[in-house]
Amino acid sequence: MMATATDNTLLDVRDLRTYFHTFSGTVKAVNGVSFQIGKGEVMGLVGESGGGKSVVGFSILGLIDSPGQIMGGEILLNGEDLAQAGEERLRQIRGREISMVFQDPMTSLNPLHTVGQQMDEVLRLHTDLDADARHRACVEMLESVGISRAAERLSAYPHQFSGGMRQRVVIAIAMLARPRLIIADEPTTALDVTIQSQILKLMRRQIAEKGASMILITHDLAVVSEMADHITVLYCGKVVERGRTRDLIEAPAHPYTRGLIDSIPDPANPHARLKQIPGTVPDIRNLPKGCNFRDRCPRAQARCAEEEPELHPQNAAQWAACHYPLQPGDSA
Amino acid sequence: MTGFFQSEFFHNYSRSASAIIGSALMLTFAVAVIAGPFLVAQNPYDIAALNLMDSYKPPVWLDGGDPQFPLGTDGQGRDVWASILYGARISVFIGLVAMIASCTIGTLLGLIAGFYGGIVDSVIMRIADIQLSFPSILIALFLMSAVGTGVDKVLIALTAVGWVVYARTVRGSTLSEIKKEYVQAAKVAGLPNTAIIRKHVLPNVLTPLIVIATIQVGTFVLIEASLSFLGVGVPITQPSLGLLIKNGFDVLFSGLWWTSVFPGVAIMMLVFGINLFGDFLRDELNPRLK
Repeated sequence: MMATATDNTLLDVRDLRTYFHTFSGTVKAVNGVSFQIGKGEVMGLVGESGGGKSVVGFSILGLIDSPGQIMGGEILLNGEDLAQAGEERLRQIRGREISMVFQDPMTSLNPLHTVGQQMDEVLRLHTDLDADARHRACVEMLESVGISRAAERLSAYPHQFSGGMRQRVVIAIAMLARPRLIIADEPTTALDVTIQSQILKLMRRQIAEKGASMILITHDLAVVSEMADHITVLYCGKVVERGRTRDLIEAPAHPYTRGLIDSIPDPANPHARLKQIPGTVPDIRNLPKGCNFRDRCPRAQARCAEEEPELHPQNAAQWAACHYPLQPGDSA
Repeated sequence: MTGFFQSEFFHNYSRSASAIIGSALMLTFAVAVIAGPFLVAQNPYDIAALNLMDSYKPPVWLDGGDPQFPLGTDGQGRDVWASILYGARISVFIGLVAMIASCTIGTLLGLIAGFYGGIVDSVIMRIADIQLSFPSILIALFLMSAVGTGVDKVLIALTAVGWVVYARTVRGSTLSEIKKEYVQAAKVAGLPNTAIIRKHVLPNVLTPLIVIATIQVGTFVLIEASLSFLGVGVPITQPSLGLLIKNGFDVLFSGLWWTSVFPGVAIMMLVFGINLFGDFLRDELNPRLK
């Protein structure tokens, strides 16, 4: 399922490397990341802050600003390599084939334009519809993300909406040109918990209805386990584990994944002390030899300091980069 | 229109003495500038209408004053009141046109510098720094001595000085604007850079410019007056308020004070009005002071 690209594959990222050349050294924010997403699938991209999750998203869209640079790898969207595509082609793809939902709905809409103007802009750019048809499409889309009196709301400004409503508008804009892939970068992090689940359900329904795929970038395994078909865990710019959501949540093979799962509070056991992963992410400009996680890893042994683990299959559908992976039933 | 009279802006305006005085002065000058030639009988630049016998008549309330010339006359028998009305036209015209030119050029360069960054940014902002290190009058003096005098030369000199403040302000706001997610979102939507600048960045950086532009008109009127007073401003055939002061200055200490003092008072009131209103706008458009 995961190792080879099939006809059903929408996006196939192979050995993606995005580096930032700074005065204090090269930051290998994305360092040899590979994954595939099938049509209609949701992939969770999980990791701590600074793990390179967002950089993967922006690399796919070709929006890495100086001093960042895509140094290698392929980003195959239906077989077309976006890493080699020119700016002109990328602009056609952005918004039309791939769109993005941002973290903060308070700043991802322009305060000076009405919601209708901002929606219309996308359609004008990517479709040949006339003004009437565009208007109808906008109303329809706003209704489908659960905004009532949509026709009226088109002439409202972003400040007249609440945070959750704005995120609905942002999702409506992202879905408007019927993209094949949506990259959602922490789409619910800035929202109240009650709104979070509404928005997640909405996104789930939208992609199912429109047959789109999604990359869900988040640090919140709880969110991703609700949404994703499979999960890729990043640590220090590398994939440390990937697999189907259920397998990965129930039986993580990498100690880092285990640590992330353990740090979710357990409502059934409110008095238990919350587990945490000791230590902090190492300086990404100056990564240690061997496994990047070894200083924080309860299972680390001498070999981990010498040899960097490669991504190995643990079973048919789960891969992990660890010399001493957890077996189902092990505790960390 | 009822919406405007019920707005917070109008509410604050109607309670601000400085705003009302400032805008009243500006309105007076607007009327004087537009209707000026119809308010006076004599065209001070029509030589046929001048009579040397009328020269150096004092204002009407002094001994020897002539009701025909309420503010007296100059050495050629020109009505000072008429000269002021005609001169204010040139002063205000120069102030407005130079402001519009500076604002356009400065905003454009500021947007480019802020949006594209890198070497473009460095070049534009270093030129701006160099401009700022010269007093504006000095640049104007250099320019005028190189290319000669004339209304168009004054405009060039003022614009060469005036664009910097817009470029700096706009660059700063642009830098903070392009970090916002809606600009990222516009990029992600595939919008070309020029459209992003025009639709998403420009409207969000304009507010502080309104204040700068208002006050700059006053500054430009003053600089132009200084240039004309120094003899490198407008030509004698198109006298601005500054040139009127210069012309009267020669006889100021002979007791014929009215030929230069009245144009001076006119400039003062014009700039005072603009600054009062500009101050009100600054308070009104700054969200942090609310």
